[in-house]
Amino acid sequence: MSEVALELASNEGKAVAKPLPADSPLLIQELTVAYGEKPAVFSVDASIQPQSMTAIVGPNGAGKSTLLKAVLGIVPRLSGKVLVFGEPIENVMQRVAYVPQRASVDWDFPTRVIDVVLMGLYRELGLLRLVRRAHRERALACLDRVGMADFADRQIGQLSGGQQQRVFLARALAQNADLYLLDEPFAGVDAATERAIIDVLKALRGEKRTVVCVHHDLATVSDYFSNVLLINIRKIAEGPVATTFTAENLQKTYGGRLATAHIDQLKLPVA
Amino acid sequence: MGAEFVQLSLTPILIGILAAIACALPGNFLILRRQALIGDAISHVVLPGIVVAFIVTGTITTWPMLIGAAGAAVVAVIIIEAIRRVGRIEPGAAMGVVFTALFAAGVLLLEQTDTSGVHLDVEHALYGNLESLIWFSAEGWGSLLDPQALAGLPPELFRMAAAAFIIGVLTIIFWRPLKISTFDEGFAGAVGVPTTIFSLGLVIAAAVAAVAAFDAVGSIIVIAMFICPPAAARLMTNRLEIQVLWSIVFATLSAIIGYVLAGYGPLWIGRDHAVSAAGMIATVSGIILALACLFAPHRARIGAPKEG
Repeated sequence: MSEVALELASNEGKAVAKPLPADSPLLIQELTVAYGEKPAVFSVDASIQPQSMTAIVGPNGAGKSTLLKAVLGIVPRLSGKVLVFGEPIENVMQRVAYVPQRASVDWDFPTRVIDVVLMGLYRELGLLRLVRRAHRERALACLDRVGMADFADRQIGQLSGGQQQRVFLARALAQNADLYLLDEPFAGVDAATERAIIDVLKALRGEKRTVVCVHHDLATVSDYFSNVLLINIRKIAEGPVATTFTAENLQKTYGGRLATAHIDQLKLPVA
Repeated sequence: MGAEFVQLSLTPILIGILAAIACALPGNFLILRRQALIGDAISHVVLPGIVVAFIVTGTITTWPMLIGAAGAAVVAVIIIEAIRRVGRIEPGAAMGVVFTALFAAGVLLLEQTDTSGVHLDVEHALYGNLESLIWFSAEGWGSLLDPQALAGLPPELFRMAAAAFIIGVLTIIFWRPLKISTFDEGFAGAVGVPTTIFSLGLVIAAAVAAVAAFDAVGSIIVIAMFICPPAAARLMTNRLEIQVLWSIVFATLSAIIGYVLAGYGPLWIGRDHAVSAAGMIATVSGIILALACLFAPHRARIGAPKEG
């Protein structure tokens, strides 16, 4: 049992009935993030299951992306703890890969596809180590997994939105992590890209890795994901899609913004 | 080209080249980060900082100037923040107001200060004194090998060379994290690049270049070199590595062509007075940018990604 697990157990003053934090690829405790005086994420707890594929779902402005960024320490946490495989995330960053929103970068940046993928090897290459053939081949293999090997030497601005998203995924694959955090990987991509991405993510899960996606398309949650985390600033519900992704929970998450008729169209599991 | 060139033109051209490169290097990253105007801003804020540093210390040596400029930058940031909060003005406008106001205050302060003993006045602030940085002790190309003559090189040359060297070395050492954090700050943070330190470091590098160049070449060149060579270089290539090399080439060309045109150009067209080298160097950099816009291979920018 790790130190942290012990501490948690003793803090609660009772025997550990819950799974140990060390077993969870990502454990979030009372995480609060604020921009200015308004909380963007308020006291969210979550325990991501090992080798699961979890969708973070909620309305616009619910703090989904902010939650991911706060987990990674890209935006400051006001309070709360983030444990990855039982350790503070800062100590195990090499086990975490992150795919930001495609629209968050300037695709006119002067660089080639292969160079973007090689950025995934930054932790290995450090400041001055030269990129060798082996590194290049690994980057090419990652591009191949997303069906983009032929585009290695293209300038990134020449890619379509879907191709850009695949390049971002290839960069995350190059990180060879155990926990993949993706921010809206399916936003604005073509059907072929969506298929390619979901195949890669499912393959990752098959390799006993854990995938967490901020996801906006309610219609595909049941098909793509095993677990779901519903948030709207606060956590609404968390658990397997079959029991958690229910009309009632969605109504709570979206409030009046999600019409009953819309919910009826979703292939919701019968609780 | 003989002794006269070495004595009168060699050192100004070298100083011009070094100043141009020192500013163009951080300029590449500032432009890609859409912070090109920070270079402009810094070169404005530098003036009151330097004047205050001179009033306090009575010298215009490097360290008091750097500290004065840094102090002025901090004051500028505080005033901008205050104006933005109290006045509810958008940040761009707040910046514009503060930098121009501080520069104007620097000019007033400079006028009221007795700087007769040193090279510090309003004209210097704008166009520097490139033409006056001559190598008195040089007698010809042979002087480059003569230790006694070398000792007489203007100190601005060493100051500028040191700044360009430090900025160049830092750019090479931190190339990888600098590139990653410029392209994708979120991802950079997630792979352990201290992004705040890098964006701050970039601004500091720009400030060092601006302060070092300020005294020798004036703020006109500083402003032009932060933007024109990197912007023209971007149109030559789609790879950052090559872009930076092009920016060095363009900065060097601007300095050489600009200085030569300013010194000899008027004679060629039958006028007797040389024109300001700083003004001409900045103009040449602008012409290079215009030519790049018209003829460079990657001027057709791809623009917004297509949804597909």
